[in-house]
Amino acid sequence: MTTPLIELRDVSRRYDDDPPALAEVSLTVAPGEAVAVLGPSGSGKSTLLNLLAGLDRPSAGTVTVAGVRVDELGEAASARYRRASIGMVFQFFNLLDDLTVVDNVVLPAQLAGLARGEARRRAAELLEALGIDRHAHAYPGRLSGGERQRVAVARALMNRPALLLADEPTGALDTASGEDVKDLLGDLHADGQTIVLVTHDVALAQSCATRTIQLVDGRIAADSHVGADR
Amino acid sequence: MSTLGKVVRAGVGRRRVQTVVTGLAAMMAVTASVLGGSLLVASAAPFDHAFAGQHGAHLTAQFDAGRTTTAQLSATAHVAGVAAASGPFPTATISAHSGAGTALPPGVDLPPMTVVGRAGPGGPVDDVTLTAGRWVTGPGEIVSAGIPLGSTLRVLGLPGSPTLTVVGVARSVSSTADGWVTPSEITALTAPGAPRRYQMLYRFAAAGTTAQIAADRAAISAAVPAGALTGAQSWLNVKLGTDRNTALFIPFLIAFGVLGVVMSVLIVGNVVAGAVGVSTRRIGILKAIGFTPAQVVRAYMGQALVPAAVGTVIGVVAGNALAIPVLSTTNQLYGTNTSGVAPQVDVAVIAGALGLTAVTAWAAALRAGRLRTVDALAVGRTPRPGRGQRAARLAARLPLPRPVSLGLAHPFARPARTAAMVAAIVFGATAATFAIGVGASLAQVQAAKNHDNADVIVPTFAPQSGHGRVARNRGPRTPTSADPAAITAAVNAQTGTRAYYGTAETEVSVAGVTGSTTVFAFTGNASWAGYRMISGSWFHGPGQAVVPTTFLTATGTRVGDTVTLEDYGKAVPVRIVGEVFDPHTQTMEVLTDAGTLAAAEPNLHPDTYSIAVKPGTEVRGYIHKLDTALRPLGVSAQSDQFQGNSDVILALDALTAILTLMLVATAGLGVLNAVVLDTRERVHDLGVHKALGMTPRQAVTMVIASVVVIGLTGGATGVPVGAALQATIVPAMGHSAGINMPASVIDVYHPTELVLLGLGGLLIAVLGALLPAGWAARTRTATALRTE
Ligand SMILES: Nc1ncnc2c1ncn2[C@@H]1O[C@H](COP(=O)(O)OP(=O)(O)OP(=O)(O)O)[C@@H](O)[C@H]1O
Ligand SMILES: [Mg+2]
Repeated sequence: MTTPLIELRDVSRRYDDDPPALAEVSLTVAPGEAVAVLGPSGSGKSTLLNLLAGLDRPSAGTVTVAGVRVDELGEAASARYRRASIGMVFQFFNLLDDLTVVDNVVLPAQLAGLARGEARRRAAELLEALGIDRHAHAYPGRLSGGERQRVAVARALMNRPALLLADEPTGALDTASGEDVKDLLGDLHADGQTIVLVTHDVALAQSCATRTIQLVDGRIAADSHVGADR
Repeated sequence: MSTLGKVVRAGVGRRRVQTVVTGLAAMMAVTASVLGGSLLVASAAPFDHAFAGQHGAHLTAQFDAGRTTTAQLSATAHVAGVAAASGPFPTATISAHSGAGTALPPGVDLPPMTVVGRAGPGGPVDDVTLTAGRWVTGPGEIVSAGIPLGSTLRVLGLPGSPTLTVVGVARSVSSTADGWVTPSEITALTAPGAPRRYQMLYRFAAAGTTAQIAADRAAISAAVPAGALTGAQSWLNVKLGTDRNTALFIPFLIAFGVLGVVMSVLIVGNVVAGAVGVSTRRIGILKAIGFTPAQVVRAYMGQALVPAAVGTVIGVVAGNALAIPVLSTTNQLYGTNTSGVAPQVDVAVIAGALGLTAVTAWAAALRAGRLRTVDALAVGRTPRPGRGQRAARLAARLPLPRPVSLGLAHPFARPARTAAMVAAIVFGATAATFAIGVGASLAQVQAAKNHDNADVIVPTFAPQSGHGRVARNRGPRTPTSADPAAITAAVNAQTGTRAYYGTAETEVSVAGVTGSTTVFAFTGNASWAGYRMISGSWFHGPGQAVVPTTFLTATGTRVGDTVTLEDYGKAVPVRIVGEVFDPHTQTMEVLTDAGTLAAAEPNLHPDTYSIAVKPGTEVRGYIHKLDTALRPLGVSAQSDQFQGNSDVILALDALTAILTLMLVATAGLGVLNAVVLDTRERVHDLGVHKALGMTPRQAVTMVIASVVVIGLTGGATGVPVGAALQATIVPAMGHSAGINMPASVIDVYHPTELVLLGLGGLLIAVLGALLPAGWAARTRTATALRTE
């Protein structure tokens, strides 16, 4: 068996005295897997993604991603870790409205110190591959929801992350745009991208995930491999 | 608590930084305004106010005790026209050596002093103000008008050379004495055989003009035996002298006062408007759930007023505390006795600060409250796209690290806020530049005024009784018969002598000008004396002269013209080769080479020699040796550093420093406020950046970079404005005192200094941005991303 890309051991995340948002979650994900995390609102899905991204720290347990102990990283180190290994896609896109599409996309590379020219070449490739190259110099405000999410995906892929995290990427989209993004994630997975995807949308989970994890009250209630591999 | 109150409470709690900044801004603004207002009040006709406050003496009269009686003098209080009188007080003129505690080494000759015997400082006329210590209660004590508390004086020419201890320091606006002792002490201080004198202080019903004073004086003179009134000093002369001195400082202090008040208004308005403006979205939500616009307006006014009121209270306390040293400086400059902040200043500032806060909060909340709810809900997330996009595009092309270029584009997204920040920095930079410039100018003025580059002086005159203010090596005097050649020989014989010149003083008349003109005739090269030239050059030999602005104005002449002096019936033409800066001047004066008057006045000998010692020479030792050599000639050597105005310079520097710090700090607070607002608005974007891998250091860099352009622009604007203000105010200071200012007083900035001051704008901006930058660095990404 290959070394897992993600390894969570007895991870808990508690806020104050509330019942834990995550409780003793253990989980391994191999490279190339596409995992869909399902569960009711408040079950800890976003918390799990935040822990993987190094945006949050567990109250107990260890989080290892691509050989990095994410739970032990300081602020600056976790930023560098995100730059190098993580791409994030959000429900509400989180594009920067005052930057053009291409400037949004190159940003992670520039934060990592990559020269502008080189970053733009990579961005141009990505935008073309995602079919939004004609909007490269537009501002996000002018794009449709589906187009915006494509830009967000392009930005997430900019630094060739080992792990793509997506938190309800279709949650703010109409059906057609949702389909669009679903296909895109499916294609990425087919190209070998490891993906952890949070969604309420069972269809999305089934169409582009190889494995679904059911969270209930911060615990893994079910973990099943589905034959969605195409 | 009402629902509304609860909502607003929660808002205040969430916006803790904003609340603190509002309070701080109110505090600083109030402190600065209390100081500024006090300066304005103190600078309004300071002499007249002090004179009225102390019931100053319109006439200070001296009587010969041998020719009149105390009963006759007391009766002069009832002469027609006399409104009030104090006295008779016995007086004496003493010569003394410095003892312990003076600014001088012990044993140095002090200028002669008029000492008045008064049982207490009060009275119907000339309420002397004690500024330190207490009034005299017994023998051996003196209250001095200038010598520090605790010093001792050894009185010369009296049996046993008694010692006087300074137990109090007092100020008489009418300059009625140099010191006060108990009445019985005067007998002990009067040398055997010396004339006994009395002082009477009068206030008159009519004393506004020289003619009225002359008439009043004549009435008093007629009421006592002929010849009993030996001398009198009119308050108009004292006022003229004081006004000329204070005129120099008034424009400077007024400028500072105005800067402080304007800055305060700007900052408070800005901060409050910003604090309410940033809540627009929240106001939209409140309205969406059913709050009326009026409720919203009231709530936000309250929200701004609470911290502003707290800040105002602290600011008033701080302002009143800081006003103590500031007013003691103005007292020193103006010769006044203001003891604290005028109550009307405190009241006006409190009312102003709270009123301004309320009105600004009301206007901003009204604007937010009137906004359509949907629009209100749409604002306040990120700056409206469209604005600043060009700047962001251009910045992105700069070959700079991305966090820097991201930050550089920020100011363009919020033009109004950026303008307010630039304004705050312009003010701070203007204030700092102006203060430093004017401080340097005043130091130059003081230096020029003293023209005391000499280390040692040798007066060759026997002191006469002066009254009132000590006239430093000027005034009526009787030359001794000391041989000038013998004196110069003794001076030349001293190894430490570097240079010396002699000054003789005589009265001449100038053709076409009424009244007399004082000529200072210099023997030897006096060009190092420390006189500053406004135009032209120092004289180079007989027949040439330099004159102050007042002389040129009075005679209608210009540099290059020749005027004719009439001296003992001889006409002496002199060519004016320069305009000398002499802010001392109250009379017409001409400074020339001694050779100019040689033919007209062959017996004119220097009445003072001024000596500079070689570098490294110990002045006290030099004085002692020279003094020993000169004693047989009947003259003595003295230090020339006695009445150095260094405390005035120090006080002015301290004042300048306090005011500048206040203004700069207020400017920094303005920046802090704006950057806090900006960072708060961008907190979501910040979360995105961090999710994409922006490190805390990069976040700090971005926030700091966002104020760099603002700081540089503010500095680059404020420094020239401050320098221009200085170049306007300083000549205005001169003109209000009737003099021109030499270039050395006006051109005080070094180019490097200006560049550093300009960078100071950047420093203010960066300091103001540091706190929110640190905050940006610490913002938790997960939290920031949830703010939507
Ligand atoms: N910063 C926080 N402080 C306190 N509690 C929090 C915080 N973040 C999340 N929680 C709590 O943790 C629990 C899990 O939250 P999380 O956002 O992970 O849920 P989720 O599964 O993503 O829900 P949704 O489907 O609604 O997005 C919730 O009960 C939430 O209230
Ligand atoms: Mg969630």
